[in-house]
Amino acid sequence: MRLENKGLIDRTQPVNFTFDGHHYQGFAGDTVASALLANDQRLMGRSFKYHRPRGVLTACSGEPNALVTIKRGENVEPNVRATVQEIYGGLEVRSQNAWPTLGFDALAVNDLAAPFFSAGFYYKTFMWPRAFWERVYEPLIRRAAGLGGLSGTSNDEEYEKAFAFCDVLIIGAGPTGLMAALEAGRTGADVILADEDAQAGGRLLSETYEIDGRAALDWVASVIAELSSMDNVRIMSRTTVTGVYDQGTFGALERVTGHTISRADAPRACFWRIVAKRSILAAGALERPIAFQNNDRPGIMTAGAVRAYLNRWGVTAGRDIVVFGNNDDAHRTAFDLSAAGVHVAALVDSRPDVQVSGDFPVYAGAQICGASGRQGLKSVTIRTQSGTEKIASECLAMSGGWNPSVHMTCHMNGRPEWREDIASFVPRAGMIPGMVTAGACNGTFSTHGALAEGRKAAELTLAALGKKAIQSDPPEAEDAPIRISPLWAVGGTGRAWLDFQNDVTVKDVKQAAKENFRSVEHMKRYTTQGMATDQGKNSNVNALAILADVTGRGIPETGTTTFRPPYTPVPIAAMGAGAEGKGFAPERLVTSHESTVAQGAPMIEAGMWYRPSYFPKEGETNWRQSCDREVNMVRSSVGICDVSTLGKIDIQGPDAAAFLDFIYINTFSTLKPGRVRYGLMLREDGTVMDDGTTARLSNTHYVMTTTTAAAGAVMRHLEYVHQCLRPELDVSMVSVTEQWAQFAVAGPKSRSLLNELLDAPIDNDSFPFMGCGDVAIGGVNARLFRISFSGEHAYEIAVPARYGAALFDKLNEHAAALGGGPYGMEALNVLRIEKGFITHAEIHGRVTAFDIGMERMISAKKDCIGQTMAAREGLVGPDREQLIGLKPIGAVKQLTGGAHLFEPESEPTRQNSIGYVTSVGFSPTEVSFLGMGFLMNGRARHGETIKLIDHMRGIETLCEICDPLFHDPDGGKLRG
Amino acid sequence: MIQMGASYVVDLVAKTPAEGLLPVTMGGLNLREVVLGVMISLAPFKGQDVQVEKLLGGALPKVGRSVSKAGQEVVWFSQGQYLVIGGAVDMLLVKHAALTDQSDAWCAITLEGVGSEAVLARLVPVDLRAGTFKRGHALRSQLGHMPLHITRTGKDAFRLMTFRSMAGTMVHEVTHKIKLLSARG
Repeated sequence: MRLENKGLIDRTQPVNFTFDGHHYQGFAGDTVASALLANDQRLMGRSFKYHRPRGVLTACSGEPNALVTIKRGENVEPNVRATVQEIYGGLEVRSQNAWPTLGFDALAVNDLAAPFFSAGFYYKTFMWPRAFWERVYEPLIRRAAGLGGLSGTSNDEEYEKAFAFCDVLIIGAGPTGLMAALEAGRTGADVILADEDAQAGGRLLSETYEIDGRAALDWVASVIAELSSMDNVRIMSRTTVTGVYDQGTFGALERVTGHTISRADAPRACFWRIVAKRSILAAGALERPIAFQNNDRPGIMTAGAVRAYLNRWGVTAGRDIVVFGNNDDAHRTAFDLSAAGVHVAALVDSRPDVQVSGDFPVYAGAQICGASGRQGLKSVTIRTQSGTEKIASECLAMSGGWNPSVHMTCHMNGRPEWREDIASFVPRAGMIPGMVTAGACNGTFSTHGALAEGRKAAELTLAALGKKAIQSDPPEAEDAPIRISPLWAVGGTGRAWLDFQNDVTVKDVKQAAKENFRSVEHMKRYTTQGMATDQGKNSNVNALAILADVTGRGIPETGTTTFRPPYTPVPIAAMGAGAEGKGFAPERLVTSHESTVAQGAPMIEAGMWYRPSYFPKEGETNWRQSCDREVNMVRSSVGICDVSTLGKIDIQGPDAAAFLDFIYINTFSTLKPGRVRYGLMLREDGTVMDDGTTARLSNTHYVMTTTTAAAGAVMRHLEYVHQCLRPELDVSMVSVTEQWAQFAVAGPKSRSLLNELLDAPIDNDSFPFMGCGDVAIGGVNARLFRISFSGEHAYEIAVPARYGAALFDKLNEHAAALGGGPYGMEALNVLRIEKGFITHAEIHGRVTAFDIGMERMISAKKDCIGQTMAAREGLVGPDREQLIGLKPIGAVKQLTGGAHLFEPESEPTRQNSIGYVTSVGFSPTEVSFLGMGFLMNGRARHGETIKLIDHMRGIETLCEICDPLFHDPDGGKLRG
Repeated sequence: MIQMGASYVVDLVAKTPAEGLLPVTMGGLNLREVVLGVMISLAPFKGQDVQVEKLLGGALPKVGRSVSKAGQEVVWFSQGQYLVIGGAVDMLLVKHAALTDQSDAWCAITLEGVGSEAVLARLVPVDLRAGTFKRGHALRSQLGHMPLHITRTGKDAFRLMTFRSMAGTMVHEVTHKIKLLSARG
């Protein structure tokens, strides 16, 4: 019911929305919860396990009951708290966990079977037969118990993540936070003031307080106006700080568009990482319910929430309101309601000695012991010393006291301490380095106290930053003392709810203790108390207090469970923002990319690079035809391949040669300038790390080539070796991968082609096999390397990358005239398999130089990384799986990568595997599948027969064990 | 480098890294490619800083800083390494430092306009506030998932450099973030 002349909503702006298909009207400034209550809709959801009808319990982000689903289709968002979701025109809201309707929910039958569903029920019941758990029980339970559902499709809405830095992060813009922000802002410090609410003011929005003799909200408005005028203060509204991490880093979720239909292209939410030199926690407090029979009936709320709906939204949740509390703060609800002309049927205070008088009946020393009205509260039962009395009521406002929001202070493993006088946990000093806690989250509940502590917190923080606060008197405000006498649960029969969201009762906690789950952490896991999306904000302290009671320990000894981030739920989409689609990984494109794509080449990713698989020609219907043609082309005329993706590292310095001798197993100090040498490097553990060719350009200047995939890792390795192992060497290195566009020109006609293009021709003397040097092409300085990964007479030509696209086209144009053209990764792979050249398919991180037959390359004349470790027992010898070639010799001609090798007569079991296949390809040159792999003692078994079995694909092929060098074994073509 | 005036068998046409992708103007922000000309990485050999500075004609910048003189900029690039931008260097330097041509290795763009800091706050995980990252300050960091060298060139202006091969992704990422920020209204 909406009251006239009450609340901060904008009555000039009606807002229409739907709930479960019914049309409702609220006003700008309403949340879903306040608007539904204004429309007398108290029933908002069904509970998790028993499907009990539930209404809203709170007016804050800790709401356990009123979870709803908003939007439709792929944009659907489940488990939205109706207390947080602001309404906007056209908003579609649906209730959750109810079928067929919220009013009649078939699974409410669970509630009747409640005796069977108490704590531990699942553990004890769904044990047998064992196989039933995954296939039968779990799916059934999951369907019956649960929250809202996701769409199951990808959400196309944008999310965002961002970074912010400040001197002081202030969490919470209530009186404490505002006061602190004002003090800190005035000194010029960089301040971020974050609050989860749409409006600043915190608790002041929900009360009728005065500050400095005027309405508290006027003071809030003046503070916000001053803060907004400061360039050094950033106010982040609708931003919940969700977690505290190392070194002053905080996570925060900003709701950017969830409250409005406009700004359609803006991100739905932004996940901030805020790095602050200092922080002030002014997170306020959360009110505790009291457990009694049926205390979950729709219409039963915390007293502070009833006050908030009244004062902030001008709403009462029903007629004849009863207030029930164990503390003075609850009285405010009765007075505020009464002053607003709402009928207060009773104020029930559990303390016998309480002195209070108002325009309503007062029951001192009494308790509420029951409630009736399944879908909405109808009456409550008051138990006094003289007996029980049932009075009609549609709304009960209950207060068991307030819990300071200590959550964030515990994110780095600190534990709060119990303060007996206010019956609450409060933070200890120093739980979070650099954080000061103040106001209600510190156990200081009065407005005056909040303002004073806010100011003090700012002073302490500024002092730590070396700044001096500008002294000003805190404004005048109420300073009510805290008077409370603990009351956690009202005795009696029937179920009294503690954790509304996970349906945990007082009895469940007692049951846990009885079954010896007496540690608070065990109780939590046994009952699931505090494990729902609200993280037990309303129930943790009550539950542990009851556990303390039944185990005969005190509350401090029992302790709290661990508060972990996030404080409120964060969509995974927000945390992963920017890391999907094109943001997943950068696309590295070679200079020939455009031309390659224009030729219809399918691209594959290698590292982050995009490389062509093959270049289809007209009439070719599958990749094998293209691949075979490209292989034949390279073997008979000339092929062009972009090899710019290979890592290129420029290494210079007086000690460059010594450095390379230490990096590579073979020697590079003996390499002559103008020559290239193949090199192999090991990791420190003796396993092969990478291979490639390195050219010596001058005495003190080398260019190393790495494999495409390992370029980054090798660069890191070199820096590590230089900085940590050999800092005395005067050498420096820098990547030149991106500087040069490099193309392989391979085939018997490669030199003819180059000589058509180079400014000065080359011959076998000027550029012998493994020679290198500067050339010019079209007036552009280029580098030419006579190296070959195909086994043909071949070169690699490198030009500054700006000319890459032009050179690629030019090379292809001239190659075409010679019967050649471009070739892709498939052909490149077949060509190198024919030659027995290894890639990372072979040097996959578990093989040694011995395994690939290169142990003799390890020079004994010098030390190198991995040398000692490579000689360890077990890393050499006939038991090692050694590199071999494979050729099919039986009826089945197919070889497959990943297949295992077995003796022809042995069973193909895991234990009998004596090797595996790393690379295969169909060789048009040899007209056969060829393979490479590793076989135990393989080098000694050339010529023997082995059985290849691919269990995955169901292939069995008899093979001959060969030397992996199939093509041009004496290398005549390379030198040709 | 290109030798002008000669005639050759082939004529290679040069392309800039972000050719065809920029400029973009959106939400009051300008994103354009800058062609920095000759860029040479310079890493002084041990104990050679003084000689290097003599031949350079000026002091090497401190870590995270850029210095400019007579149209030539020297900017800190990584540990013990600087990038000399614009104009040739004295070739006598090769005796005292590792010099490597990097003219084609990096794609450089500038982001200018009010709000450029806010755009970068969505991509770069370091403190770029005007008070801490001033004009002439330079850093190696990340732009999304890409390597980044960033220099503040003005009140609301930054130069961003990433690998040439990632030019397309860099332009996409920055424009996408500008779009999201503008959409907030």
